[in-house]
Amino acid sequence: MKTFRENLSGYIFMLLALSSISALALITVFIIVQGAPLIADVGVIDFIFGMTWAPSQGEYGIFPMIIGSLSVTLGAVILGVPVGICCAIFLAEFAPVKLRNLFRPAIQLLAGIPSVVYGFWGLIFIVPFIRDYLGGPGLSILAASVILAIMILPTVISISEVSILALPRQYKEGALALGMTHWQTIFYVILPAAKSGIVAAIILGIGRAIGETMAVIMVVGNATAIPTSILDPVRTLTTNIGIEMGYASGEHRQALFATGIVLFIIIMVLNSLAQYITRKK
Amino acid sequence: MSVPSQNAKLKAKSAHLYYGAYHALKDVTFDIPKRAITAIIGPSGCGKSSLLRMFNRMNDLIPGARVEGDILLNGESIYQKSMDVVSLRKKVGMVFQKPNVFPMSIYDNITIGPKRYGIKGRAELDEIVERSLSQVTMWNEVKDELKKPGLLLSAGAQQRLCIARALAVEPDVILMDESCSALDPESTMKIEELMLELTGKYTIIIVTHNMEQARRVSDMSAFMMIDHDKVGILAEYSPTVEMFSNPKDQRTEDYITGRFG
Repeated sequence: MKTFRENLSGYIFMLLALSSISALALITVFIIVQGAPLIADVGVIDFIFGMTWAPSQGEYGIFPMIIGSLSVTLGAVILGVPVGICCAIFLAEFAPVKLRNLFRPAIQLLAGIPSVVYGFWGLIFIVPFIRDYLGGPGLSILAASVILAIMILPTVISISEVSILALPRQYKEGALALGMTHWQTIFYVILPAAKSGIVAAIILGIGRAIGETMAVIMVVGNATAIPTSILDPVRTLTTNIGIEMGYASGEHRQALFATGIVLFIIIMVLNSLAQYITRKK
Repeated sequence: MSVPSQNAKLKAKSAHLYYGAYHALKDVTFDIPKRAITAIIGPSGCGKSSLLRMFNRMNDLIPGARVEGDILLNGESIYQKSMDVVSLRKKVGMVFQKPNVFPMSIYDNITIGPKRYGIKGRAELDEIVERSLSQVTMWNEVKDELKKPGLLLSAGAQQRLCIARALAVEPDVILMDESCSALDPESTMKIEELMLELTGKYTIIIVTHNMEQARRVSDMSAFMMIDHDKVGILAEYSPTVEMFSNPKDQRTEDYITGRFG
C-alpha cells in the first residue's frame, strides 16, 4: 500500500513536470491567438510570399525575411557542419585521451558564451574584415553565417560524437579485420552506421541557427530586401521580431507574432524530423 | 611440435604478449598446420582470444599492447617493422564472437572489403557475392533479398554472413573467436559443418569454450592455462584425437574431463 506521503510527492512531481509542458502550451496558444488573426486578414499566401514589409503602410510580407533566415542558415551549415563533423571524428577516433579531455569542455564552453558576445565579436571583427577585404557593407549574410557556424558547432560536434561513440566496437574491429585502413573504416563503416545521429545533429544545428536572434541582429544588417549576394545585408525572421517589438503596437505587433508562428512551425518541423530520424534506425 | 615444419602456415616463436606492465601470455611456441582446423581451448581468462588476435595483429588496437618473440606467416615475420598490417589482415580474416554484421544490405556487407581493394566492376562484385554466400551455404536462402539489411537476418545467418564477408576478400587463414558461443545449437552445427567444408581451402584457427566442438571439428588442439604467476601459457599442443584420448599433461586431463575451468 502506498502511503499518503508517497502519493502526495508523486502528485507534486507530476505538477512540476506539467508546468514545464504547460509553459510550452501557453506560449503556443498565446502566439497563435496574437498572430493568427493578422495572417487571416492578410492571407497566408500574401503574408508568406509578400515582398514588402512596411508596417506603417499596413503591408506585411515576410518573404524577404524567410529568404534571409534560409540564406544565413544555409551559410552556417555549409561553413559549420563539415568542421563540426570532422571535429567529432577527430575526437571519437583519433584524439589521445588527454587532448579529448581538453577539447570536450572547451566545446561545451563554446555553447556557454552568451550570444550577444558572439554578436559583438562579429560586429567588431568579422564585419570590418568582410567590408575591407570582400566589399559591401560588411553587415551581411556572410557575417551572420560565420557567427552562426561557430554557434552551431557545439551542437553538431557533441551529437555527432556521441552517435559515433555509441556504435558497437565490433563494427570497427570487423572492418579493420577485413583489411580496411582506419580511414576506410571511418568512411565506409563508421560514418554510414552513425548516419542517423549525424543527420540529427545537423538538423538540430539548423534549428539553433534559425532560432538565433541577438548575435544575428548585430551582424546581419537587417535590410528587408531580397539579397543578390552573400555580401548583402538581410533581415531574418528572428531579427524582425527582435528589432521591432520594442515599438510595435496593434496590427504591427500582431504581425510580429505572426512571424513568430512561422518561425515556430519551422523549428517544430526540424525538431520532429530530428526525432524521427534518430528513432528510425 | 608435432607438425612438420614445411606444413606450417603460422608459427609462434617464443611469443610473449604484454598489456602495458601486465604479462598476458608467456613464451608461446607452436606451429599451425596448413588447411586444417586448430582449436585453442582452455579456461576463461587464460588468453585464448589474446593469442588468436596476435595472428592478425588485432591486439594493436589496444593501447599499450606489446609483443615479444615472433609470429611467422608463411615463414615471414608479421611483427617486423615493414609489415603492412592491412595486407596481413586481408590474408588473415577474422570472425568474432558476436555476429558483427554492418548496418547495411547483405550485398554491401560482402562487397565492402573487395571494393576497398579496388574491385569496382558490377559483374565481378556480383560474382564475389554469389561465391562467398554459396561458400557459407546461404546463396539460395538470400539470393532474392540481397538488398535487405543484413541485421534483419537471424543470429545464425548473421554469423554465416560474417564468415562470407571474411571469405570475400580471399584470405588464407580464418580466425574464429568463439564464433558459435552466441548461437543456438542448430546454428552452431551449421557453422561447424561449414568449418569442415572450408578446411580444404583455408587454415582455420578457432577459440572455443566448447570441448565437444573442439573434439568434433579440430585436427590440432592447443590447451592454454594460467600458470602460477597468473600468466597465460600454452600447456599442451597435440593432435586433437590424442589430446582427448590420452592427454600428456595432467592439467589438460583435468580440464577436458571437466575437473576445473
